[in-house]
Amino acid sequence: MTTAIQTRDLRKSFGSQNVLERLDLDVDEGSVFALLGPNGAGKTTVVHILSTLLPADSGTAFVCGRDVATDADGVRGLIGLTGQFAAVDGLLTGEENLMLMARLRHLGAAAARRRVAELLDQFDLTDAARKPLATYSGGMRRRLDLAMTLVGDPRVIFLDEPTTGLDPRSRQTMWNIVRELVTRGVTIFLTTQYLDEADELASHIAVLDGGRIVASGTPDELKRRVPGGHVLLAFETTDALTSAARLLNLPARDDGVSPADLELRVPITNDEVGTVRRVLARLDDGGVALERLSIHTPDLDDVFFALTGQPATAPTTTQEAS
Amino acid sequence: MTTLPSPSPSPSPSPSTSSTTGTGAGTIGTGIGTLRNTVADSTTMLRRNLLHMVRYPGLTGFVVGIPVILLLLFVYVFGGTLGAGLSDDVTGVGAAAAGGGGAVQQYLAYVLPGILFIGIAGIANGASIGVAMDMTEGIVARFRSMAISRTAVLTGHVLGNTIQGLLVSVILIGVALLMGLCPTASPLGWLGIAAVVALVSFAVSWLGVALGVSAKTVESASNTPMVLLLLVFLGSGFVPASSMPGWLQSFAQYQPFTTFIETVRALMFGADPGLNLWLALGWAVLLAVVGYVWAQAMYVRRSVR
Repeated sequence: MTTAIQTRDLRKSFGSQNVLERLDLDVDEGSVFALLGPNGAGKTTVVHILSTLLPADSGTAFVCGRDVATDADGVRGLIGLTGQFAAVDGLLTGEENLMLMARLRHLGAAAARRRVAELLDQFDLTDAARKPLATYSGGMRRRLDLAMTLVGDPRVIFLDEPTTGLDPRSRQTMWNIVRELVTRGVTIFLTTQYLDEADELASHIAVLDGGRIVASGTPDELKRRVPGGHVLLAFETTDALTSAARLLNLPARDDGVSPADLELRVPITNDEVGTVRRVLARLDDGGVALERLSIHTPDLDDVFFALTGQPATAPTTTQEAS
Repeated sequence: MTTLPSPSPSPSPSPSTSSTTGTGAGTIGTGIGTLRNTVADSTTMLRRNLLHMVRYPGLTGFVVGIPVILLLLFVYVFGGTLGAGLSDDVTGVGAAAAGGGGAVQQYLAYVLPGILFIGIAGIANGASIGVAMDMTEGIVARFRSMAISRTAVLTGHVLGNTIQGLLVSVILIGVALLMGLCPTASPLGWLGIAAVVALVSFAVSWLGVALGVSAKTVESASNTPMVLLLLVFLGSGFVPASSMPGWLQSFAQYQPFTTFIETVRALMFGADPGLNLWLALGWAVLLAVVGYVWAQAMYVRRSVR
């Protein structure tokens, strides 16, 4: 597999503040790479360096084999950038914004019109095409922004916190667009502070904290690095609960009758499927009726807090919050 | 896993990508190609700025309207007194007197070039505000991440505002003609006036763009170009420099706006601008170069927040 983005030993500081320290990244072509980190971790700085907006202090960075420092225009011809703030021209209409991009990409008049119409349709903006941007909602502006990025058919797209400030539905729309792009072989470099976003979209995640990569891998690999997986068993009666606890050699919490207490947690040691199979077999053998079974794998929230050293919140609360 | 220039087939091969990156065009055509792209990109940006003027006519209206109001104000309110104080050997006044105008008409002939450059100095304001608004929005980062000519974004603003400068001038001269001005310029003289107006508008626009790029906020971008307006008052725009106290006179006589004003005044009434023409050209070129270099340097430095 070819590498779309590669950095080695990348450093950047603003004044005395080191923003990036020895950053090494490899992003495969045609994948979604998520750079995950809290505010101020240096995510945007990485995007700015890779999209030629900012020079690195030292180290190398290549996009599609082109050096961002020495062949900036070569890189610019291959990338598209959608920043944190909608980079649209507020005084033009949606269509005019797209035409502006088409002209700057030097598409011919016919090709430009065709591409613009195509993108308006794809991003569900045809009805609003001729309306001034003042009438656009936040989600529409963000969609237009991404459509503008796509005018030149970039091979690598940088999405810097693409869904920050969007409502859940607009977020879903953005995610679907990103997924569709990937099926066409575009490489996506995504920064986000939302763990579920990285989990949903990315095939590879790097966690950036204080200018360093503190962990990287597939979402599953990262989750495996954090303990806390268990199988949750729910029973209808206290009797069933106590029998099950005896069968599974677990301490039963049968002191109450509230629904929460009719649950058993079986820790998963290594093998998820094996654990479930063993549990079910034992319960079947003992003739205990199980009402519900769920598997809790640690989510990226757990990983994130474990890795960045920020105070961990209970997984349930963070899940509700996201 | 090492990075190699990956020739992997892009699923949607776009002809634009290969042509803009230049590898396909070959090295011989690169210089011409770059120039052609610069012109094309600047034209695109100019089109964008002209659209802005149409969509947001408030700023243009302000830039055009204020000088017209000033012209009416100075001629009809102050003109009687100020015109009476002018001696006949001042360019324009003699011509107006010969045409049979009173003090008001004489002052109209005298003050029009001054108001003209009030208008042109005012476009620096428009340029500055326009650029500062661009810089505060994410769109400049987008432009910078694209393979477009570095100067195109700013050049688009400058060209748009130069056109605005010509527009202001045409409207002011038109209003002055309606007010009874009788210019005696030859066709060549009008051409000269148009050239000076265009060149000064261009220079002032670059200064305005530089101020806009340097400004931290849109508010400060709209204030700093006011200094240029002050220069018109501290020159021969409204009263002859020779009527000012000595210490101010030497400054007022040779500062850029006096040379611009005197050149247009002379050309408009068929007189020989003499040394002022060359001083005006020199000043305009100098201001344009300073504005250009300053704007470029700040643009590169400031376009990432």
